[in-house]
Amino acid sequence: MAWKKVCPLEDITPLGSRVVRADDREIGVFRTDDDRVFAINNLCPHKKGPLSQGIVHGDKVTCPLHNWKISLETGKADEPDEGETTCYPTKIEDGIVFLDV
Amino acid sequence: MEKMKLVVVGNGMAGMRVVEELLKISPDLYDITVFGDEPYPNYNRIMLSPVLANEQTIDDIILNTREWYAENDITLHTDAYINNIDRAKRIVTSESGITAEYDRLLIATGSKPFMPPIPGNDLEGVLGYRDIKDTNDMIDAAKKYKHAVVIGGGLLGLEAANGLAIQGMDVTVIHRNEWLLEKQLDRTAGIMLQKSLEEKGLKIHLKTNTETIIGNDEGRVKSIKFKEGFELPADLVVFGVGIRPNYALAESAGIHCDKGIVVNDTMQTFDPRVYSVGECVNHRGISYGLVAPLFEMAKVCATHLANFGIGAYKGSVTSTKLKVTGIDLFSAGDFTGGDESEEIVMHDAVGGVYKKLVIQDDKIIGAVLYGDTADGSWYFQMLRDGKLINEIRDHLMFGQSAIGNAGHQGQDLAADMPDEMEVCGCNGVCKGTIVNAIQADGLFTLDDVKKQTKAGSSCGSCTGLVEQILASTLGGGYAPPATDKAICGCTDLSHEQVREEVRTKKYLTIPDATKGMEWSTPNGCATCRPALNYYLISTWPHEATDDPQSRFINERVHANIQKDGTYSVVPRMYGGVTNANQLRKIADVADKYQVPMVKMTGGQRIDLLGIKKEDLPNVWADLDMPSGYAYSKGIRTVKTCVGSEFCRFGTQNSTQLGIDIEKAFDHMWAPHKVKFAVSACPRNCAESGIKDVGIIGVDSGWEMYVGGNGGIKTEAGQFLCKVKTAEEVLEYSGAFIQIYREEARYLDRTVHWIERVGLDYVKQRVLEDAEGRKAAFDRLLYALQGSVEPWAERANNRDKYKEFETIEI
Repeated sequence: MAWKKVCPLEDITPLGSRVVRADDREIGVFRTDDDRVFAINNLCPHKKGPLSQGIVHGDKVTCPLHNWKISLETGKADEPDEGETTCYPTKIEDGIVFLDV
Repeated sequence: MEKMKLVVVGNGMAGMRVVEELLKISPDLYDITVFGDEPYPNYNRIMLSPVLANEQTIDDIILNTREWYAENDITLHTDAYINNIDRAKRIVTSESGITAEYDRLLIATGSKPFMPPIPGNDLEGVLGYRDIKDTNDMIDAAKKYKHAVVIGGGLLGLEAANGLAIQGMDVTVIHRNEWLLEKQLDRTAGIMLQKSLEEKGLKIHLKTNTETIIGNDEGRVKSIKFKEGFELPADLVVFGVGIRPNYALAESAGIHCDKGIVVNDTMQTFDPRVYSVGECVNHRGISYGLVAPLFEMAKVCATHLANFGIGAYKGSVTSTKLKVTGIDLFSAGDFTGGDESEEIVMHDAVGGVYKKLVIQDDKIIGAVLYGDTADGSWYFQMLRDGKLINEIRDHLMFGQSAIGNAGHQGQDLAADMPDEMEVCGCNGVCKGTIVNAIQADGLFTLDDVKKQTKAGSSCGSCTGLVEQILASTLGGGYAPPATDKAICGCTDLSHEQVREEVRTKKYLTIPDATKGMEWSTPNGCATCRPALNYYLISTWPHEATDDPQSRFINERVHANIQKDGTYSVVPRMYGGVTNANQLRKIADVADKYQVPMVKMTGGQRIDLLGIKKEDLPNVWADLDMPSGYAYSKGIRTVKTCVGSEFCRFGTQNSTQLGIDIEKAFDHMWAPHKVKFAVSACPRNCAESGIKDVGIIGVDSGWEMYVGGNGGIKTEAGQFLCKVKTAEEVLEYSGAFIQIYREEARYLDRTVHWIERVGLDYVKQRVLEDAEGRKAAFDRLLYALQGSVEPWAERANNRDKYKEFETIEI
């Protein structure tokens, strides 16, 4: 694991996301309304939908394929669905987003 | 803050339903204490008959286990009969001396079987039929004795009689009236029922009145004598002659009662701290003995206990089913009718099927079904909704399946579906799974089913079907949700209320709107934000901010997401007309980006499938064609036939009109997708009959049809009008679409909207009000003014639309 620079915070729209490719992994990096940044695997635990393309609300994202709600903080699906996707630590320094992968 | 204390007297279905509803909306408001005089936790009283008939066990019908009470921090006292309420000190006391203080008291003491004042009714072996104890007593009696007499040929009496016969007893039913179930059935159906029951081995005496019940030396019933002059041996006598609200406790506490605990529309009694629900109440002069009204009451009561103060109970229309296996019977509303009403009757005496619908003012007001009740819930829904049936009257009697899948959006014959048929495609849930969950876990609501089975919990498109399955499985026990329900869990406001607020308060951004309307979540959810965004931009064009983050991905990136996360690209070809130059560019793009599939769409366009998101701006730049909006809740395509330019049958230039319409309404957003078609003659090669707006050229002009749909349920368009010129087609269809854009709920197709407001309303707005029509058309043109072609915008401004780039680290 190592901190890697992603992009300036302003390159991610609030309530939006960017897709980051790290080696063979695709990670969705999300920005909430209150400028927190989260990173989770870009794969919905349900049917591998690209979570980065979903609608972000609060600290959750709704998968664009079948509307599972995934917590950006824990990677866990909201009940009654069951499943979990990997989360990665993030930090913002001097307006730059970093990702620990 | 210290919690308030809520005491519930009565641990039955009504009282516990209030508690469940209350826990859902306000879980931390009260410390809850429940008293029940039976030794069991809350169970499903309506399933006692299947227990007596050996079809279920007591364990099967428990609704809330003791663990459930514990998990929800509810203090439960079973076997505790409350015999005193001190309203001044706000304390209830049980017979055994348990006391509990309350801030709010809920009385849900239910009802008692009515025991007529007949000599001998206190003998051993003479019972009412109400609870688990009565059921067990009957099962025990059946083991020792032979002759049972059930007094009363109503629902309860017949279910008891059937159960006792299955337990092996020789059962006679005594009924006072001329036919069985006279409150639910007319004479014909009553006689058919009697025949079926007699075939099952029951003996039935009509027009018979009990005189005395005679006991033996040990004080147990031995026989029963009738006023008609005969006597029958009887080791067990069960009264099923009705129930009486159990209001003695409330009355002794000085609460106003009149044949029941009198409550207002918020389920509040004469004492504002005391609420009451269930069979014990008298609401507007009526006491109900069925489960659906109790649930409706419970919902209202819970909102008031939660201090929300919303909702009023206004009485219920009820329907009934008889729970006797092998006998299908359904009844609802006013099935006798009167001078003002008409009847449609179908009777197949040999086949054992009888159906009668009572109709007044083109609405169903009552129904009796015997032998084939598959359509009971369908008729009942129309009865409750007061739906006009004049247009389907010819087919009404033959049931929903005779209407085909056309004309009744979202509904299907759930009862006829095989168990293995998939209902929820998102989560792979079959009908059998849902039915099992409903029966085994005692589910009553759509939310329960969603939670337990996950059916309908993803895209939600199957919720209509799930509701149907609920209705067909539960029969009268199912209370459909109110139609003006909230948009989603983030607000209590309905679609209509949100629209009204957006209009009157002039909200222009999502944050202003959610703040102003007090959304309960910081920024809504994936259900409400797209709806809200649409309401903002459609109400305030050019003023409201269109928020891309509140749009579904397809509309955000102007392409259709596919299951593997790639996208499909459909360029605009106005009217379905293309040329060599466009085809060459499409072919080049297909080569350059190695497009895995190139396919024709149903709307006469070419679809390039399997494009990576990061390639989208380049593909658009290379194509240099406008977006076909194939991903939009908005204008999709105008499908056309060849028309008079080439076709030997064509009467009009349908192709040109199609191109003109598509250009005029390009870039238009709408509550849902909008599809047009223009055909040049009634052969209708462009399939105008199943489009939101379908236009058919005839020699003298154009016929217009609206509300057609070729989707999940095929809906034929309804004739709107005939006009002479192409300009008129544009104005009329534009006005129609604009009113739909302004008034429909988000995700309503035109058919759903018309279904709700009625075609007459649409005709009034579009045909009769000429000025209004012109104004609506102008509003649409104004909204579309200066709209930007989305693909070129994104291809030419890469810095502004960074989300298409993948970041490599």
